[in-house]
Amino acid sequence: MSNLSVLIDAPILLVQLVASGILVGAIFALVAYGMALVWGVMNIINIAQGEFVMLGGYIVFYLAGAGVQPLFGIPIAAAVMFVFGFALYRAVIYRIVGRDMFVSILATFGISILLQQLANQLFSADIRTLPSGLPTLAFDNGMVTIAGVKIVGFVAALVVGVALFVFLRYTRIGRAIRATAQNARAARVLGVDTDRVYATTFALNGAICGAAGGLVAMTWFIQPYLGLTYTLRSFMIVVAAGLGNLPGVIVAGSALGVLEEAAGFVLGAEYQTAFIFLLLIVLLIGRNALLARQRKYLR
Amino acid sequence: MYTTRSILAAAIGVALLASAAPGIAATDDSIVLGAAVSLTGKYSTNGKNTKDGYDLAVKVINDKGGVKVGNKAYKLKVVYYDDESTSARGAQLVERLIGQDHVDFVLGPYSSALTKAIAPVTEKYKMPMVEGNGADRSLFTQGYKYMFAVLNTSDYYLRAAVNILADEAKKAGRDPKSIKIAIAIENDNFSQDVRDGVVEDAKKYGMQVVIDDKLPADLNDMTATLTKVKALKPDALMISGHEKGAVLGIRQVAEQKVYVPMLALTHCDSAQITEKFGMESNYAFCGSQWDVSMTYTDPWFGNSQQYADMFKKAYNYDPPYQAAESTASVEVFADAIKRAGSLDKDKVRDALAKTDMTTFFGPVKFDATGKNIAKSMVMYQVQHEKYVVVAPAKWAEGKPIYPAPTWDKRETDSKVTRK
Repeated sequence: MSNLSVLIDAPILLVQLVASGILVGAIFALVAYGMALVWGVMNIINIAQGEFVMLGGYIVFYLAGAGVQPLFGIPIAAAVMFVFGFALYRAVIYRIVGRDMFVSILATFGISILLQQLANQLFSADIRTLPSGLPTLAFDNGMVTIAGVKIVGFVAALVVGVALFVFLRYTRIGRAIRATAQNARAARVLGVDTDRVYATTFALNGAICGAAGGLVAMTWFIQPYLGLTYTLRSFMIVVAAGLGNLPGVIVAGSALGVLEEAAGFVLGAEYQTAFIFLLLIVLLIGRNALLARQRKYLR
Repeated sequence: MYTTRSILAAAIGVALLASAAPGIAATDDSIVLGAAVSLTGKYSTNGKNTKDGYDLAVKVINDKGGVKVGNKAYKLKVVYYDDESTSARGAQLVERLIGQDHVDFVLGPYSSALTKAIAPVTEKYKMPMVEGNGADRSLFTQGYKYMFAVLNTSDYYLRAAVNILADEAKKAGRDPKSIKIAIAIENDNFSQDVRDGVVEDAKKYGMQVVIDDKLPADLNDMTATLTKVKALKPDALMISGHEKGAVLGIRQVAEQKVYVPMLALTHCDSAQITEKFGMESNYAFCGSQWDVSMTYTDPWFGNSQQYADMFKKAYNYDPPYQAAESTASVEVFADAIKRAGSLDKDKVRDALAKTDMTTFFGPVKFDATGKNIAKSMVMYQVQHEKYVVVAPAKWAEGKPIYPAPTWDKRETDSKVTRK
């Protein structure tokens, strides 16, 4: 508990933990939003989510090698991953829409292994990272430092989030996506081409992950096996926030980020992840109890 | 249904044929070494270093006449399998190398984890194995009789950093007991061992370990640990987590402008920190098994520089120590087989145990547990974006720069050099 007393002696460190937690959480929230979209609309849990992020990272990395500014590489990565997502839907995913969820988990798990191994063959297992070239902001004599790239990542995550929100709310296909999520059968009856909606949704998720991957390459590093971290984290965020709740996903993502940093500081890094999963269990039990009470009330 | 059954039958037929086929090994004029290395999976980069190291050794030894056993000269040959960086597969493949391919001897895989998986198998078949890439101390407490390692155990990676701290403290008139050390490691056997080495030596000098964090395996952000470093201001931060740890350490320490007088790491050269980060990697200390500046020589390669030149010519990259220690493993086999004067496994095993030779990689002499007790590690420091050996004194190319300049000082430095 000596770490806790350090924090009490120097509360400014808490600012550091909260700030970096929020900034880091936003990138996870972005990936989680893509997962929530696919889950909500198609009832598919995409285990290959993290691998999409990894591919997006490599696209930005290699574009940077060819002289493209990483920030401009991000929209290109998003576009490429949109096409990739679309193609993957046409090849595999359409077969599992509407099937048992277990089938979708198996299928996307297979895809994730395939993508990992392909990436390993194509790009090698070396760890790649993109120097951001951005300065670090320092406050209070360097006690709080925030890397410029994390702010860029945060802003980019927000921009993508808002763009997505506008897209779903105001465009025709966006409305169709929401209608399909609410009731696919009714949407079909009303003339919505649900197959096209599914394809667009899955492609959109690819684009979101592509953008997030670029941010990951700029903020941390990429390697072929980083996927699972992102899949698990986004799964957790979605479970915490609930489906189809964009602000909820961003809040949950950032909150988890902050709690993770704080837990890492106070309990030690080895309990960082364990703490988050413990929290998830508590959350699920708590929510279950809450809902149970509601059912009793309704009865 | 019919087709499935016929495919199955065909598959079984092929499998039977394959297993009935004669082994690859034991031809008249060659000694066959078997190796399961990671050509795919997370260790594939280092796996390739390992294979290249073995191949170069085999080529050079064969070019210089092979290995003399009695009056007959044998050529060396290596049979490889890809263990996919997974322990279970590694153990399986070594069973196959021994049981089906009938290799004469076994060379080690890459990484402590894989070596740990394989050693029980080679032990079971009483098959001598020389390895250059398994450094975890726990490998040498199992009572293995047939495993020999040419490298230093992993607890030695950062011990030299602690010694440098103690020296510098004495020079500055400080009591070593006032020195504070922060440790952040990945939670795996290798890094745990690196940490234990640091803690043991720190205890010897009475230094305090103020942070002792174990980063989760999926680590990609060490802000929490670095924030603690900012608060507690230790004299040294020691990070170990293979390539990932080195990349993350350099990147985030620089990015968050965390100042420590000494930053010490492992796996710097294979993580290519100078190439990736340039001036941000300056002043970092790195433990390494080998360096080109070492002047040990052997009859096959000459000295380390000559080895490095040959390696670069053959594979188009500078040899990391992972390749050098692999090459040395083959040399040790060649030497032992010659001294044994036989291909008999137990005779070669006894000859290995009596090894007392010098290779370009360093002197090799095994203790009863099979680890090399003759060699010492080197400690680099990145100075002006180049690795400079600073310890041990025998190989030092420069003096350690301690304490490292603070970050605001460094930025002006870089502006000067950029002009």
